[in-house]
Amino acid sequence: MFDKFVAWFHRMGSPKWFYEITGRWIPWFGAAAVIFLLVGTVWGLAFAPQDYQQGNSFRIIYIHVPAAILAQSIFFAMAIAGGIGLIWKMKVADMVARSCAPIGATMTFVALFTGAVWGKPTWGAWWVWDARLTSMLILLFLYFGVIALQSAFDSKQSAARASAILSLVGVVNIPIIKYSVEWWNTLHQPATFTLTEKPAMPVEMWLPLLVMVIGFYCFFATVLMMRTRNEILEREKRTQWVQGLLSKK
Amino acid sequence: MDKTGTEQISANTIGEVKSQVSTWRAFTGTLKRDLLLVFRRRSDIVNPLLFFSIAVTLFPLGISPEPEFLSEIAAGVLWVAALLATLLSLDSLFQQDMADGSLEQLVISPHPLSVLVLSKVLVHWLVTGLPLTLLAPLLAVMMFLPDEGFGTLFITLLLGTPTLSLIGAIGAALTVGLRRTGVLLTLLILPLYIPVLIFGTGAVTAAANGMDVLGHLAILGAMFMVALVMAPLAAGAALKISLNG
Repeated sequence: MFDKFVAWFHRMGSPKWFYEITGRWIPWFGAAAVIFLLVGTVWGLAFAPQDYQQGNSFRIIYIHVPAAILAQSIFFAMAIAGGIGLIWKMKVADMVARSCAPIGATMTFVALFTGAVWGKPTWGAWWVWDARLTSMLILLFLYFGVIALQSAFDSKQSAARASAILSLVGVVNIPIIKYSVEWWNTLHQPATFTLTEKPAMPVEMWLPLLVMVIGFYCFFATVLMMRTRNEILEREKRTQWVQGLLSKK
Repeated sequence: MDKTGTEQISANTIGEVKSQVSTWRAFTGTLKRDLLLVFRRRSDIVNPLLFFSIAVTLFPLGISPEPEFLSEIAAGVLWVAALLATLLSLDSLFQQDMADGSLEQLVISPHPLSVLVLSKVLVHWLVTGLPLTLLAPLLAVMMFLPDEGFGTLFITLLLGTPTLSLIGAIGAALTVGLRRTGVLLTLLILPLYIPVLIFGTGAVTAAANGMDVLGHLAILGAMFMVALVMAPLAAGAALKISLNG
């Protein structure tokens, strides 16, 4: 079992193999993303019960929470891919890490934006200097830093390694985001979702949320694979298999 | 000669080189050399302090000279100014050594690079963080910081500025090979500085209101310890990448 995993891991290190296998995966993940997002959106926006305090305005949670979860997980994914790239010098891992950054930055922005839209009716303000919002903003700045560093180097290899170090350092920020709610204990409500505890929301409310979270993850996987494939084509354009691929079409 | 013999000999040679100069001596040697260099270019010490004083002066001029108002924002202004002064001084950390080639010598030396980086960071703190900490109480008087806050301000800066130098070293190491570093360095490092800022000003504000500050100080100390262990390693790895690129 472990040997098989190692063999698979090594094969994933080959850009050509990665390109081929993800080409077969993308339709599946893409279809899953479309289905989950459609079901989750319709269920959440039309059928889930109203909140007894916030009325219909709470429904933005179905975008806000998945985006916020993704924003943080993508940073982890980027750091892990960067770490793999640093340790085993895998080109594909570098490219995955590079492709993660813009998606993560977008998700963070979406989370902040929907948070602001949600904050206006519930708190009466677009923006509150609450610990969780602030650390989300810091996360956005961290993403921008990684993206800026990636484009600052001439050599793609150095760019990948340098931004891998920066994202590993930035991961220190993620626990601060997570625990800031408990540390500062402010306006923002505590985490909606925990794996270990029974959710405080009624089932009809959080089931569509779960569907949306899964849909967002599938969407992320699809976009990540598409971006990485582009990155592979661009960086490997001198190799024979890419030349062959291009001349075929 | 068989394989193990060769290995033994090469291991011995490396051992000999190491025993000639112990890592501790390499650490102190780098420390002395860098301090000497700084004292020959004293502007490196004075400029961050001038920046610190001028930046603090801008706030009463720009916002309001009312003592009540100033005493409220004093801790934050002093901390932000100290943070920016540290940030602007980070350029001097590796840039000159990069230009004259001594950085490469540090990288190829048999001693762990993180130890040598730590010694450079220590010098950076001695010539910027420590003077800033010593100057801060004077500016705090001008900002009408409440009397209860002085001790805490001093302690938080003493605990916080080394953390700033350590984290800053990572950013300086990542950008040392690039041409225009100023804005990029700010973008990389300022987000990482924010937790230090929050707890630094939080402690001073709490002290000024007569509350307990031990929790804040403990977290500042914890951040310092984490940075002390991790930052030299990250900065060392970053330096190697910058030299290759």
